Amino acid sequence: MSGHSNYEPKSGFEKWLDVRLPIIRLGYDSLVDFPTPKNLNYWYTFGGILAVCLGIQIVTGIILAMHYVAHVDMAFASVEHIMRDVNYGWLVRYMHSNGASMFFLAVYVHMFRGLYYGSYKAPREVLWLLGCVIYMLMIITAFMGYVLPWGQMSFHGAVVITNLIGAIPVIGPAITTWLWGGFAVDDPTLNRFFSLHYLMPFMIAGVVGLHIWALHVPGNNNPAGVDVKSKEDTVPFHPYYTVKDGFAISVFLLMYAAFVFFNPNALGDAVNYVPANPLVTPAHIVPEWYLLPFYAILRAVPDKLMGVIFMGGAIAMLFLLPWLDTSKVRSMRYRPTAKLYFFIFVIVTMILGYCGGQLPDNKIIPGLTTFQVAASDLNSVVWLSRLATAYYFAYFLIILPVLGLTETPLPQPESISEPVLSHSANAPVGAAASPEKRG
Amino acid sequence: MLRKGFALAALGLAFIGGPTLAATSQEEPKAVHWSFEGPLGKFDQAQLQRGYKVYREVCSACHSMNLMSFRNLGQKGGPFFDPEVKNPNDNPFVKSIAKDYQIDDIDSETGDVVKRPGTSADRFPNPYPNEPAARASNGGALPPDMSDLVKAREGGPAYIYSILTGYEEAPKGMAVPTGKYYNPYMPGDVSGFWSLDPNKVPIGGFIAMPPPLAPDKVTFDDGTKSTVDQQAKDVVAFLTWVSDPKTEERKSFGLAVMIYLLIFSGLLYASYRRIWANVSH
Repeated sequence: MSGHSNYEPKSGFEKWLDVRLPIIRLGYDSLVDFPTPKNLNYWYTFGGILAVCLGIQIVTGIILAMHYVAHVDMAFASVEHIMRDVNYGWLVRYMHSNGASMFFLAVYVHMFRGLYYGSYKAPREVLWLLGCVIYMLMIITAFMGYVLPWGQMSFHGAVVITNLIGAIPVIGPAITTWLWGGFAVDDPTLNRFFSLHYLMPFMIAGVVGLHIWALHVPGNNNPAGVDVKSKEDTVPFHPYYTVKDGFAISVFLLMYAAFVFFNPNALGDAVNYVPANPLVTPAHIVPEWYLLPFYAILRAVPDKLMGVIFMGGAIAMLFLLPWLDTSKVRSMRYRPTAKLYFFIFVIVTMILGYCGGQLPDNKIIPGLTTFQVAASDLNSVVWLSRLATAYYFAYFLIILPVLGLTETPLPQPESISEPVLSHSANAPVGAAASPEKRG
Repeated sequence: MLRKGFALAALGLAFIGGPTLAATSQEEPKAVHWSFEGPLGKFDQAQLQRGYKVYREVCSACHSMNLMSFRNLGQKGGPFFDPEVKNPNDNPFVKSIAKDYQIDDIDSETGDVVKRPGTSADRFPNPYPNEPAARASNGGALPPDMSDLVKAREGGPAYIYSILTGYEEAPKGMAVPTGKYYNPYMPGDVSGFWSLDPNKVPIGGFIAMPPPLAPDKVTFDDGTKSTVDQQAKDVVAFLTWVSDPKTEERKSFGLAVMIYLLIFSGLLYASYRRIWANVSH
């Protein structure tokens, strides 16, 4: 997509096409000949895995849409019809419902990898921002998709989330009514969610195209975080990374298949197999696992509007990250202090996920009553989520900006090839952490 | 980094995978062994047939099964599947079961509302004409539809089995409302009906369904002794199959997929090692 092209059209047809539409050249330059740092580890295979996830979701989704009926009286039964009467409908539906979880699992690994290796830093800010846009589109798509089976959690989840918009002062309620297409979540809501759920994956695919374009201009970041200096540092994408990504994708599919075939409902909520009933509210309404951290942040804040702002802010942090991190060193391999805070950050997001699935008043240490702070016992999920939320924001707003100015990073290698050639003798921390890659 | 990451991921999954606890409390479902457990588990066809009989003679008096047609009973993996009969609609057991039901229909000649004997293609009819009728006959409670019951309950088969076999005399100090029954496995909050120590409220809840099973209530055609435990196990097996009639197809398909992917991954790994053999990285 950029720079020098080594493509040489061979057949007459290729030569003819190349001067008219150099599409084979584009494919060759970006998927075959593309120079890729040779030190990418398995964490870098998740981009390819995500492309596969998107493809699977789109293909299975198109097939599901052939049988699905977007009507409040028929949606639930049509999904069951797909699983009971459509040939291999159970396969398509379970691939799609579990595929959403797999998609998010992969995207979280991909994002944490970017955070750890500083893949958002210059000159890859736009690449990172496009990734954040994809992530936001994924959240909206997943939320709308979850509404479609019109089970209890679908309906009441839709009510809770759309009502959040009502927290915006003055215009909020009007926007909510406009989104619903009526005065409650009902048939018009379901229909437009279906329409948008079908549209958005193609928007995602479009932004993914931009994401890959923005990747291929500066080239891949790499675990060492130093720029590619010479041809010595790179290998052509094919066959070196097609085979490595292919292997990783295959292993990922093994895990995915284990869910689809042997535990298809493990990641979902049992209550969603009860048809939606607006008059009966489930005991507690929780989103799917991949949105639990944001749900915990929402509930950690006592005020509804502030809760929504914090929840949005949690994603906004990702957009601001390239300008919040002041360190010039990309990879946290050479930032021992930052690395520590990073791992705490990873654990904190998981704690937030745990908190999101619990009732706010549940005790962390069973049976222990401490003292009340801000109308809640200190030994409760809500206080744990408050502490975790504080760390989440502090990581972006305090730790990364300050640390970049105060820490002393370890010496970075001169080039990608250097730590490889000198191997473990004086390799920096982390370089030997993946000995299985030694070819 | 890689190993540490995996350890962290496993920790995270353990967190997220943990049960989301309710404010209500109930006894943990009893541990039962099922033939359909695990990746290789299969339904026991004799058990499915017994379970269907329990459903037919006990449950179906109040519970609907809207998503099921009679033909489903004769499809592959079903209680009356016969490998000789390719089309489940032609299965003689299915046809005779369907015939015993009277189905609402419209006479195509006169337009009159009529009843006719069921066919394999018909759905199981509802025991009540509508929801208010169902509630009126059950003290205000709606007997849940059974098509998805096992999938729709936390704890699945073990939970349903525990409810069926878990009825108990209400503890002293508990005022059970009229038309309700105490069951420690039922999620609920009985504190409003408890007159003794408020710190020792029993767990469990009230259920509107009277204990449905009794010894010898159903006579099993294969001579199996008809205890409450046996009836409960059999009907739960049947309802598990009803919730997901393609379970066996899914598992056997899955096994082939896993073997294929394992071999494919192995080949890819070997290719990876070979292609990268001459690159120092």
